[in-house]
Amino acid sequence: MATVAVTAEREHYLNKEYGIRSWLLTTDHKRIALLYLASITFFFFIGGFFALLIRLELLTPAGDLVQADTYNKLFSMHGQVMIFFFLIPSIPAVLGNFLVPLMIGAKDLAFPRINLLSWYLYMIAGVIYIHCIVYGGVDTGWTFYTPFSTAFSNTRVIEAGIAIFIAGFSSILTGLNFVVTIHRMRAPGMTWSRLPLFIWAHYATSIIQLLGTPVLAVTLLLVVFERAFNLGIFDPTRGGDPLLFQHLFWFYSHPAVYIMILPAMAVESEVVACFTRKRIFGYNFVAMSSIAIAVFGFLVWAHHMFVAGISLYSALIFSILSYLVAVPSAIKVFNWTATMYKGSISFTTPMLYAFGFIGLFTMGGLTGLFLACLGIDVHVHDTYFVIAHFHYIMVGGAVMGYLGGLHFWWPKISGRMYPEGWGRLAALLVFAGFNLTFFPQFILGYMGMPRRYWQYPPEFQVLNVLSTAGSTILAVGYVLPMVYFLWSMRYGKIANDNPWGAAGLEWKTSSPPPTFNFDEAPEVTWEAYNYEEIPAPAEVPVER
Amino acid sequence: MSDSPIAVEQHGPELLHHFVDAEQQRDAATLGMWLFLATEIMFFGGMFCAYLIYRYAYYNEFAAGSRSLDIYLGTINTAVLICSSLTVALGVRAAQMGKRKLLVILLLLTIVFGLAFMGIKGVEWYQKFEEHHVPGHSFNAADLVKEYPQIHIDQQHEQIYFSLYFAMTGLHALHMIIGVGIFIFLTCYAWKGRYTPKYYTPVEIGGLYWHFVDIVWIYLFPLLYLIDRKPLR
Repeated sequence: MATVAVTAEREHYLNKEYGIRSWLLTTDHKRIALLYLASITFFFFIGGFFALLIRLELLTPAGDLVQADTYNKLFSMHGQVMIFFFLIPSIPAVLGNFLVPLMIGAKDLAFPRINLLSWYLYMIAGVIYIHCIVYGGVDTGWTFYTPFSTAFSNTRVIEAGIAIFIAGFSSILTGLNFVVTIHRMRAPGMTWSRLPLFIWAHYATSIIQLLGTPVLAVTLLLVVFERAFNLGIFDPTRGGDPLLFQHLFWFYSHPAVYIMILPAMAVESEVVACFTRKRIFGYNFVAMSSIAIAVFGFLVWAHHMFVAGISLYSALIFSILSYLVAVPSAIKVFNWTATMYKGSISFTTPMLYAFGFIGLFTMGGLTGLFLACLGIDVHVHDTYFVIAHFHYIMVGGAVMGYLGGLHFWWPKISGRMYPEGWGRLAALLVFAGFNLTFFPQFILGYMGMPRRYWQYPPEFQVLNVLSTAGSTILAVGYVLPMVYFLWSMRYGKIANDNPWGAAGLEWKTSSPPPTFNFDEAPEVTWEAYNYEEIPAPAEVPVER
Repeated sequence: MSDSPIAVEQHGPELLHHFVDAEQQRDAATLGMWLFLATEIMFFGGMFCAYLIYRYAYYNEFAAGSRSLDIYLGTINTAVLICSSLTVALGVRAAQMGKRKLLVILLLLTIVFGLAFMGIKGVEWYQKFEEHHVPGHSFNAADLVKEYPQIHIDQQHEQIYFSLYFAMTGLHALHMIIGVGIFIFLTCYAWKGRYTPKYYTPVEIGGLYWHFVDIVWIYLFPLLYLIDRKPLR
């Protein structure tokens, strides 16, 4: 590293200490964020591998690549890995961990050792889950529906349940750390109304993590008990109620969708404001809509059970409440769009992801309204329409937000610029590949192709081939950033402290930040997103 | 680590680097514990929800199961736990006043009460085991069916009562074990004189956790033992 002049001069969190111990025993939130980054990327590629196998199997109508049993395991493990080991921790544990203390002007999260503990819990859960994959996998679907999971499945349900139970505690501890940090560790002058919207959305996310995850934990624990000790709580042959399991499961797992999407919205608010060089339109509304989503999110769970035999009247109420969630979501989309109006927009990579996010999230959200409608839900329930809908939210929304945020803050994280040309190419590939993969699935679902089958009638083949073709493009779009991020850590252009000319405390410290974040304790005297007072960079830093 | 009850330093070594002052650290720790207790409420809430639904659906079986529990041991256990909460509260007070020896004694008493609770609970579980009331393949509630001919009891539904009984008291006992572990730590540090009137946050938030586990039992006791103990007509 002696050839690079800058790193030799200044001490920052990356070069303060070296060696494996300095990483595994660190309590620095920035290093823990990078530990999370590495581990969730690993699980992302495992989950992605399962997805590619699923798409390959569906290339032809016959079940020719894998057996039906294997296919059941593939989609189950794809879902569980992607949700519990990638999407839930993705933005909060990586970008949130890195940025929450920086954005509010704190030296670290309130409980640095608990933060490290949460990573270790995640890793323990990950190891158990990998053991589960290697020794036979699990075939219950990601939802663990009883009584199949408790009485009939002869795969490794107990192990998967315990792994996800532990991963849940990792998520709870992250949320707890964020809430306490945001309440107690803000720099002088950083009032609630000056907080970046990133913080507001993470606050809302953390509330869901705190109040939702324990319910999933106890539910999975009961499933594990039922399998291990033969309890009868969800066993219909003993008078137990499988529907109760679904209620408890979705009480967490629907709000979990908002654990995944709210942080992506957090990223978009920062990116859109920066690359339109305007204060975000309707700050208070965007901030409060995050809280509203968190609150409404807890009141809609039974819309997953419209055909499961719940009473028509409760279905009616849940349908109406589900429509209500669209209101705060729409407030956000309209406000980002209004921010762009007459803004000075630059089409950098993060902004391309933000555009992608807004478009795809809108489609995912609007098709969600179809599903909240009782009559249409009966028609498309458990079809590829549902698959396409939630992939538009989770992949088109959450993953786009995650990648956009990673590009936006990469100069701060690594101190280097990523290659902008490659970045834009990857963003376009992800967008194109994503739409090619999942748009045909809307049509397939509407035509009646059910989810979770490894064979299908020949008339569905054209759309399935399109979808599989799209998934390979998507895979290239996901591998590219990993390659050039790794490349840029060594060869990328040195980033200055604020390459985008962005507002926010995190850009006022050096890139990468020192271990305790700020050389002198910051005091905030300005409002959030004061872009009229910040000069735009002479040119958006581009390296081809 | 001075043994003296009064530490004269402005900021002890316990102030972690990333906090501005001791007050911020204390506030953060306390808020953190309260939030954790909120997650615990949701955790037990899932099971209370299941309890509510099944009690409504299978009231006779729940009442019969409740009668079969040993009310004397249950009451004694409740008293034991309430005493332990008293010693915790007095312990926090002793820590505030800097009375090291008193603090150690009260913390040890708490541990003793906690262990006594688990011992009595173990005796109760053993009784249930002998009566074949543990859910699973060897479950048999024929004795209850015979004992209460006045009401209709479905043995399968009876098993759900005992499933919930063991799941709820089992998870409560797990929390007790964790609590005793925490208090062993606290006792060691208290013995070393780590806690002073300026710094006693761990005792305080450890106490919060203990009170919470206590309160869970205060709900479990009537819900499981006292469903219906009126003489049957």
